[in-house]
Amino acid sequence: MKIKKILPQLLTLLTIVLIFGFFTINAQINMDNRGIEFGFGFLKQEASFDIQFSLIDYDGSRSYARAYLVGLLNTLLVSFIGIIFCTILGVIVGVARLSPNYLIKKTAAFYVEFFRNIPLLLQIFFWYFAALRALPMPEDATLILGTSFMTIKGLYTPAPVWNNFDVFIISLILALIIIFFFNRFAKKKQEEEGIQYPKFLISLGVFIILPLLTFLFGGVDLSWSFPKLKQLATTSFTYEGGLSIPPELIALTLALALYTATFIAENVRAGIQGISKGQKEAAASIGLTPGQILKLVIMPQALRIIIPPTTNQYLNLTKNSSLAAAIAYPDLVLVFAGTAMMQTGRAIEIVAITMATYLTISLAISVLMNWYNKRIAIQEK
Amino acid sequence: MFKYVKQLTSFVAMVAVLFAFSTEAMAKKSKTLKNTQKKGFVRCGVSQGLPGFSNADAAGNWTGVDVDVCRAVAAAVLGDANKVKFTPLSAKERFTALTSGEIDILSRNTTWTLSRDADIGLTFVGVNFYDGQGFMVRKSSGITSTSQFKDGISACTNIGTTTELNMRDFFNSKGISYTPVAFEKADEVVAAYDAGRCDTYTTDKSGLAAQRTKMSNPDEHIVLPETISKEPLGPVVRQGDPVWEDLVRWSLNTMIEAEEYGITSANADSMKTSDNPAIKRLVGAEGEMGAAFGLDNEWNLRIIKQVGNYGESYKRNIADPGILPDRGPNQLWTKGGILYVPPSR
Repeated sequence: MKIKKILPQLLTLLTIVLIFGFFTINAQINMDNRGIEFGFGFLKQEASFDIQFSLIDYDGSRSYARAYLVGLLNTLLVSFIGIIFCTILGVIVGVARLSPNYLIKKTAAFYVEFFRNIPLLLQIFFWYFAALRALPMPEDATLILGTSFMTIKGLYTPAPVWNNFDVFIISLILALIIIFFFNRFAKKKQEEEGIQYPKFLISLGVFIILPLLTFLFGGVDLSWSFPKLKQLATTSFTYEGGLSIPPELIALTLALALYTATFIAENVRAGIQGISKGQKEAAASIGLTPGQILKLVIMPQALRIIIPPTTNQYLNLTKNSSLAAAIAYPDLVLVFAGTAMMQTGRAIEIVAITMATYLTISLAISVLMNWYNKRIAIQEK
Repeated sequence: MFKYVKQLTSFVAMVAVLFAFSTEAMAKKSKTLKNTQKKGFVRCGVSQGLPGFSNADAAGNWTGVDVDVCRAVAAAVLGDANKVKFTPLSAKERFTALTSGEIDILSRNTTWTLSRDADIGLTFVGVNFYDGQGFMVRKSSGITSTSQFKDGISACTNIGTTTELNMRDFFNSKGISYTPVAFEKADEVVAAYDAGRCDTYTTDKSGLAAQRTKMSNPDEHIVLPETISKEPLGPVVRQGDPVWEDLVRWSLNTMIEAEEYGITSANADSMKTSDNPAIKRLVGAEGEMGAAFGLDNEWNLRIIKQVGNYGESYKRNIADPGILPDRGPNQLWTKGGILYVPPSR
C-alpha cells in the first residue's frame, strides 16, 4: 500500500531530476564546444561602466558584484516606494468604490477599469515619454514649494546635510524601543487593572522629543543644500547641489503604483463586501459612526480576505519593476542582466543569479505577508 | 590469444575513428553549411533598425551594408541572395542568439574587440565598416567640440555596447563628471534625447548619422568632429566551425576585392574573359576557389552579380540616402582609405 503511494512521487521526482540533468549536461556540452567556461569569477572583475543612479557609492572602477548590488538596491527602492503608494491608493479607491456618493463611486470604478486594462509597458512608456515632453527644460523650471524644481532632467530638491547622523539614527531606534515596551506595559495595565494611558500621545511625544534632544546635546546638526541652476552651454542647463531624483524613477513608480493599485482596490472592495451585512447593521445599531464601523468592525475582518491576494499584487509589482529596462531606470535587469551580461558574455551565470535574486525577494515578501496574515487571523480563545 | 584479439579490435576501432575524423576534415564538411543548405535559407541576425546598416522598409524588405553580407553568403551558398531569414536583435540579445544557434551569422554593426573575440564563444571574420564613437548635440547649445563639455552633462546611450565603456573612459580622462542615461533600445535613446532628457547622445558615428534622420527635426542636431574610439564593425560567427567562418570571411572579402578590381554587378559576366588572372579568379573563370568550402566555382561570381561589390553596396545603402556621403576610412587602400583584404587565390 505504501509503495503505491510513494512510487508516483518518486517517479515524478526522478523525471524532474532527469530533465534538469539533461538541460545542465546539454548546456555544459554546448559551452565546452564553444570554449565558454562556467564560473562566477567575473564578479570580482572591474565593471568599467557607470550607472546613472545609485544608492551606494559606485563608479566604473568597482566590481561587477558591486554593480549587481547597485541594481538590486534600485529594484528594491522602486518596489518599496511602489508598494507603499499602491497600497494607500488601492485602499482609498477600494473604499471609494463602495461609497454611497455616485460621483466618487463612478470615478473610482472608471479609474480601476481604465488602468488595469492597459498593458503596463505602455503605461510606463506613456508616463515616461509624455512626462518628458510635458516637463520644462531646467532653465524654465518653476519652483515647487519654494525650493524644488521639476524638470525634464528630473526632480531637484534640497538635500539634507547631516552632522553626527548616526547619533540621530540611534536616538530614533531608541525611541522606537521605548515606545514598544511602553505599549506592552500599558496594555498589561489595562488588562489587569483597567487603567488607560493616553498611549498615542505619549508615544508621539517620545518619538519627537528624544531625537530633538540630540540636536541640543548630541551635536547633531542639519542644514540643507539647495539645487542651483548651472549653465552647461548656450541652451543647455542643469542643477548642481541638492538631491536629484531621475525622471525614470518617478515615471516607473507612478506607472507601477497606478497599475497595481487597481488590483488592490478590487481586493479591498472584495474584502469589504465579503463581510456580511449583519455586522455593519449590528455595529450601527450600537451607535458607532460610519468611520468607526469601517475601522473597528469591517476592516479587521476584511483584512483576512484582502491580505492573501494583495500579497500576490506586491509580488507582481516587484517583478514588473523589471520593465524598468525600457526607460533607462538602472534596476537589476538593466544593470546586471543587461549591461553586465553583455560586457562579460556570461549569460547563464548572470541569468541564474538574477532569477535567484527575484526568487529571494519574492519569497521574502511572501514570508512577511504570511506572517502578517497569521497575526490578524481569527484567534479562537 | 584471446587477449590479443581484444587489443587488436580496439586498435582497429581506434584507427577507424581516426580515419573517420580525417576524412571528414578532408571533405570540409561544415555543420552550419550543411544545415543552411538543408533549410534553404541563411539565418542572419541584424539590428532592430539602423538606416544604412540593417533596416526594414514597410514591406519588410531588409537593406543595408550589414544585410548585404548575409545576402552575399546566401548568394554563394544557395544561389539566391534573397534566401535569408533576418532576425532583428537588440544589442543585449545578439551574442546569445548567435552562441545558442538561433542565427548563424551576426551582421549587426558589432564592434570587434579582444574580449568578445576571445572570451564568449564568438569569432569575428572581418571588418565591413570602420567606425568610431562620437557625440551628437543640439546646434542651439553652441557646442562645437567635446572640449566644451562641462561637469554635470547628461549623456544618452544604449546598454550592452562598447559605447558605455568608451564613454566612461572619455569622461574620466577629461575629468568631467557626467550622468549616463542608458536605454535598452536605440529608438528609446533617440526619443529621450530628442525630448531633451540628455545634453548629448553618444554612439558610433555612423549610428549618429543614421539616427539623426529619425529625429523630429534633423537639422537641429550636429555630430561633433571628435572621434573617441576605434570601432571596427564586422560580421561574427560562432566559434567551432572553421569552414563556415572562412566562407563568411571570404564572401565579405570577395565584395571588397571586386571593387578593387572594378568588377561590378553589371560587368561581372563580361569579366570572365579578362586578361587579369586575379579578376578571372574572382568571377570563377580560373582556379578552384569554391572547392575549399565545398561549393561550385561560381560562388563568388554570384555574390558580385546579385549583391554587387562593396562600393556598390556602400553607395546604395549609405551614400545615396545621405547618411554618410563621404566614405572616409571605408575607402579602398588604393584610394586613400584603409579597406585592404587578402587576395583571393
